[in-house]
Amino acid sequence: MKLRQLAHTRTGDKGNRSTLTVIAYDARDLARLEAQLTPERVKQHYQGIVQGHVDRYTLPQLGALQFVLHGALAGGVTRSLALDAHGKTLSSHLLNIDIE
Amino acid sequence: MVNKTSIRIGAGAGYAGDRIPPAVELAQHGRLDYLVFECLAERTIALAQLERRQHPEKGFDPLLLERMRAVLPICLAQGTRIISNMGAANPLQAGHEVLRLATELGLRGVKVAVVQGDDVLHRLQQEGLDLPLIDSGAPLASLQDRLISANAYLGADALLPALQSDAQVILCGRVADPAMFLAPLMHHFGWALDDWQRLGQGILVGHLLECAGQITGGYFADPGFKDVPNLARLGFPLAEVQADGSTVITKVAGSGGCVTVATCTEQLLYEIENPARYLQPDVVADFSQVQLKADGTDRVRATHASGQPRPDTLKVTVGYHDGYIGEGQISYAGPGCVARGQLALALVRQRLQDAGLGQHEARYELIGVNSLMPQTQVATEPTEVRLRVAVRTPTRHEALLVANEVEALYTNGPASGGGATKSVREVVAAAAVLVPREWAPAHVTVLG
Repeated sequence: MKLRQLAHTRTGDKGNRSTLTVIAYDARDLARLEAQLTPERVKQHYQGIVQGHVDRYTLPQLGALQFVLHGALAGGVTRSLALDAHGKTLSSHLLNIDIE
Repeated sequence: MVNKTSIRIGAGAGYAGDRIPPAVELAQHGRLDYLVFECLAERTIALAQLERRQHPEKGFDPLLLERMRAVLPICLAQGTRIISNMGAANPLQAGHEVLRLATELGLRGVKVAVVQGDDVLHRLQQEGLDLPLIDSGAPLASLQDRLISANAYLGADALLPALQSDAQVILCGRVADPAMFLAPLMHHFGWALDDWQRLGQGILVGHLLECAGQITGGYFADPGFKDVPNLARLGFPLAEVQADGSTVITKVAGSGGCVTVATCTEQLLYEIENPARYLQPDVVADFSQVQLKADGTDRVRATHASGQPRPDTLKVTVGYHDGYIGEGQISYAGPGCVARGQLALALVRQRLQDAGLGQHEARYELIGVNSLMPQTQVATEPTEVRLRVAVRTPTRHEALLVANEVEALYTNGPASGGGATKSVREVVAAAAVLVPREWAPAHVTVLG
């Protein structure tokens, strides 16, 4: 199934990095999401956008994963040429990833 | 108010252009002790500084008077104090303007406390040119002739003397956003400057509230998955905070939107990198153990934030000139619209190359196909696309050439292009350095 069935997401901007929050609707799904949404897989999903590495933090009591996508914002909000300089729309893109 | 065991803080704006009616509703019905307006994005202060150079009596938030006209009479009548960074690059002038407005509205006894000291441009130019830029590591000197502004993120400590005055309105320039919420908590409950656990909890309150409607459902709705009731009349949030820092996030009864564990979790982690180390001027806040629990309808309790000792340095945002961006857009529709859009992109690319602009950083894309996700393959052809070309150039003239080449597709491009728009903008970019705390000594002036 798609991640959209299991979780909701939001991105934020910090310099040239995008923060990407994944929150399980049901915290019991967190372990499954943690196993499958590895930093490597998330970077691959944002191929062509994320230029650097991806960090991940797990917040079990919130049912949440927090990713930091380095080099994701074309130089950062204030100078980016991108239509969505903040990377606000990146969050929805992850909802399309497959979860077993 | 001194003996109250809890206080109520509302968020009246989450960014410079935010909606005003929800702030009025909150002021009227929130029974607030404080109403905070966060209106200063990263580069806003650089733009304000440029305006102040042109017009010395300006440089504060352009919506300052409109917001104050809407809420000041209500807040004065209810004993709600207003805190805002709408002073931007000229807080003192902003203070005078609010007093003038108060007189115009027939409001008596108004005092405004103005917090200054965040502007460290002069000091940086004198002593700080060797400091490394946080992201690139290059010395600040590399931007020297392009610098516009340098403002330190002051902490809640800078606001405390203003809160100790009898001013009903407190205006500042650059202050860390959550600090505008932490300061009244420290003031009211007498939290010590090194009570890291409570300061961490106070930063949590500020972080949850600082984007206003983003926590009440204003950046949340996804029909069928995450529905938000009465979003059109979205209410802004308020926090009820206890002396130990524990808090309930809620909103005015009957207002639109919702406060749920889900909306609060999204906001809790918004723009946070390492949740255990959220660097603030007053404390390194730790959100890694935060718990969010439903506490009735549209009420969420937030607890278990903590903190570590504050950093030795303050973060300074420097604004600088960074060339120009020329941009043009035009739409294509119907069968073959993607092919015509792609042809048009190739034409513009060739023409800009022929004009000697081929080496500049550029985006050539089709909105509706690949403008947000460059590598996405669309399975079926959309019914319309919009071409977008954006190029970074060193001069305004070159940026205009870019914009004009897109517009010229009307009579020099594929069939049926329509709705061309073009823009040329000067780029004011932001970078950051860290400076010793003593470089930004804050001071307060009470007007009125």
